[in-house]
Amino acid sequence: MIRLALEAVSRWAIPLLLAGVPLYALTRKVKVYPAFLEGAKEGFQVAIRVIPPLVAVLVALGMLRASGALDGVARLLGPATAALGLPPSVLPMVLVRPLSGGAALGVVGDVLRGDGPDGYAGRLVSVMAGSTETTFYVLAVYMGSVGITRYRQALPAGLLADLAGFGASVLVVRALFGP
Amino acid sequence: MSLVWVLLVALSVAVAAATGRIEALTPAVVESAGRAVTLSIGLAGVMALWLGLMRVAEEAGLVRLLGRAARPVLRRLFPEVPPEHPALGAMVMNVAANMLGLGNAATPFGLKAMAALEELNPHKGTASDAQALFCALNTASVQLVPATVIALRAAAAAPQPADVLGATLIASLCATAVALAAARLLRHLYPRPPEPR
Repeated sequence: MIRLALEAVSRWAIPLLLAGVPLYALTRKVKVYPAFLEGAKEGFQVAIRVIPPLVAVLVALGMLRASGALDGVARLLGPATAALGLPPSVLPMVLVRPLSGGAALGVVGDVLRGDGPDGYAGRLVSVMAGSTETTFYVLAVYMGSVGITRYRQALPAGLLADLAGFGASVLVVRALFGP
Repeated sequence: MSLVWVLLVALSVAVAAATGRIEALTPAVVESAGRAVTLSIGLAGVMALWLGLMRVAEEAGLVRLLGRAARPVLRRLFPEVPPEHPALGAMVMNVAANMLGLGNAATPFGLKAMAALEELNPHKGTASDAQALFCALNTASVQLVPATVIALRAAAAAPQPADVLGATLIASLCATAVALAAARLLRHLYPRPPEPR
């Protein structure tokens, strides 16, 4: 019931916004079309401004993946994390999630195919993917768009949040679905 | 960020050298650099669309209304942002879009909010506390509808692809709480540069 309502909202939100906001603006005598173009121009420039920081971050992360450093860490940590309720097939998720959204979805796809969507590993990897974000990408885009190079507490806070999301995922999936 | 970046690159080269995968690095670099541009250009269309719509909403007074509606929460989180500031409306739109799993719409609103917060930032090039907190929130957004994950589960023939919805909500609430607490508690470890004269 709640689920259906939420899914309906997420299906209708964008079309309704696109029609509703300009309609309301018309009744408030806003020059809708010129205003739209002005904002759109700004949006385009922001997208261009984001390119240099994004190149820097994605190149560094691409190198990290290609170097095999992540595989090495996964081999080292495997036995320890299995004891914490993290199946070996899900471990790459934890390592890759803050770095690359595409790679994380790749891991989800692998686990769902390999272990099935309704096993412990399948549910766990789904919840992990939904409850965390691609921290490095978000920071590169958001901070980069206004030319910030010193992120201060945002980076550790984002990584700690990912860690908390993973831990909570293990606990919640165990509690709701059993190991 | 300079330190993090240099360390990531140097570590990759060292590990690749040690594991004999040095020849894999160059294609990875070229591919990643290209992908950064594809991603940004792909973003340009939706960015233009949503910031265009945002400007219309702004001129109609909608953004200010939204900011006012969410003021009780926002004033707690961002005490340094003035109550009528346009950053508040943009942040509300960003958080709402994130919750619904509308990542494409969330990013433009988020960047708009960052630009508005930058007006209040006296130290160009260094994140303000408000900007760091806002970014941290975005690296751990509360998820009501994890749209992409549900789609992947449906593609893997899960009988009830959305049955992880409740668990995801709880886990993402934990992540968000930690993001907020960490951004708040850690800010003293990262002092800001002295006030510009």
